[in-house]
Amino acid sequence: MTIPDWLDDFLWTYQNLIHDLGINGLLALAMYVVLAVGQLSLGQAAFMGLGAYSSALLTLKLKLPFLIVLPASCVVPILFALAIGVPTLRLSGVYLAIATIGLGEVLRAVYINVDLFGGALGINGIPESAETWMIFGLLAAATVALWLVGRSYIGRAMEAMREDATAAAAMGVNVARYQLAALVTSAMLAGLAGALSAHVSSFIGPNEYGFDRAVTILSFALLGGIGNPFAPVAGAWFLTLLPEAMRDLPEVRLALNGIIIVLIVLFLPRGLLGWRMKRRAA
Amino acid sequence: MLAQQLANGVLLGATYALFALGFTLMFGVLRVINLTYGFYFSAGAFLSLALTKGLGLGIWTALPIAAIGAGVIAVVIDFLLLTRLRRRPTAELDSLMATLGGVLALYAVMTAWLGPDIRRLPPDLISADAIVIAGLRITEAQLLILGATIVLVAALLALMRGTRLGLGIRAMAEKPDAAGLMGINIARTTALVSFLSGTLAGAGGVLIGLNFNAIEPYMGEQMMLRGFVVIIVGGLGDISGALIAGVALGIIEVLTAGYLSSGLKEAVAFSILVIVLWTRPQGLFGRAVVRRA
Repeated sequence: MTIPDWLDDFLWTYQNLIHDLGINGLLALAMYVVLAVGQLSLGQAAFMGLGAYSSALLTLKLKLPFLIVLPASCVVPILFALAIGVPTLRLSGVYLAIATIGLGEVLRAVYINVDLFGGALGINGIPESAETWMIFGLLAAATVALWLVGRSYIGRAMEAMREDATAAAAMGVNVARYQLAALVTSAMLAGLAGALSAHVSSFIGPNEYGFDRAVTILSFALLGGIGNPFAPVAGAWFLTLLPEAMRDLPEVRLALNGIIIVLIVLFLPRGLLGWRMKRRAA
Repeated sequence: MLAQQLANGVLLGATYALFALGFTLMFGVLRVINLTYGFYFSAGAFLSLALTKGLGLGIWTALPIAAIGAGVIAVVIDFLLLTRLRRRPTAELDSLMATLGGVLALYAVMTAWLGPDIRRLPPDLISADAIVIAGLRITEAQLLILGATIVLVAALLALMRGTRLGLGIRAMAEKPDAAGLMGINIARTTALVSFLSGTLAGAGGVLIGLNFNAIEPYMGEQMMLRGFVVIIVGGLGDISGALIAGVALGIIEVLTAGYLSSGLKEAVAFSILVIVLWTRPQGLFGRAVVRRA
């Protein structure tokens, strides 16, 4: 396949940014899936880190090919999601949020203190086997899949339990099962994002998957809105492109993410792109 | 050796209990998990730094002023973030997200303003001497922590059980609408609860800052993990549960650091959280009411 020179130049110059767009899009979808069933999980950054670390170890220690590593990197995040999700999703919504909010910081301490994970230095020399088309292919596939699910009767159930879980349960929606499925899907998407990011940057460190990133991912989804799966991706892209101008001011970027969340929740709870998916009458 | 570690654990746990007490009080009465709570802890610590280093006050005057200052900050921030959300059907989740965004912005601004470095209190603030009681070495800072914790907890319990204000708070925790109809000023009681829990967090910040002699903007965030563990293990909204679970967590952390590795403290605390969620989600002491969906 030949591509024009100007496009080649462009892709080369903005390679990192382009990868970030795809990976942050996947993370925004991971957040969307959970918010769409009316739950708040703040473990997406931690799930991403688990995907990144497990994929890096599979590649470097077991020398597995990337096409096996990529799906395998979802396993550990899904196990963590089940361990936390099964007990908490039976309870009121605050439990899942509380149990996941600390997860990233806990894992950071583990990465730093256990030799297998490379300690404070992280893991170096990961082959750059993730291609741009893989990232965007997965993002497109995930977006379309979630759109199709959202349009189906499942989407109707998800919306019902987001508005009022008790009423949805009374209408015969198995709320706990949908919520657990959503959390597992979320962990899978975040794990994939982690594996992809580890295999484009060749380096992963323990400090990349903590509280800051968790909140940033939430701001992606809230800014776009959770009425449809395109909105959170758009939110992620906007917030990824916007702070290019202030890369040297990390504190300002964090403060901005935080303020966006506050303003959206207070004044614009449906997000900027809040249109709902059209469904045929049942 | 073991006895010494147990003593250190109890003293550390006393601050965890103090910190978690305000957190659980806020949930018990206002029914929101307020994630800005950790910021009041950092704010208290930095206020004490300004009062002692800037104004040259002693610890006995700086501690109450810093704690009350943190309480006032809590009233303002809670009012700005939570008032609009209280009447929404999805208030539980919305207030979690709003306070999460708010606390990130607050920490970021604080770090930009004061710098990320670790600050230390003036060295002559409290004597570094240790007193030996029955073979156990206890520093004066630790004694201050224990004393202040006991005084604050006793004052809180007296307020809750023995005054009309406390009666109003308990009525609101029971049923806010009915409390309002009985003539309890809901807005004022809400502000009072914010103030009380902000004060407890602020006092905790001063005491932990004193104990470890390290003050930095994100110290409250590290404390929040302990707060989560304590209020889940003790039962959401359960005051005496928080006290017991706080002390227990302090002991477990000290023992983990002593016999396993200090880097695994967080992982052990988190594992306890998950085990309790699997086995006893209503908290170990089982009196808190868990609303099931």
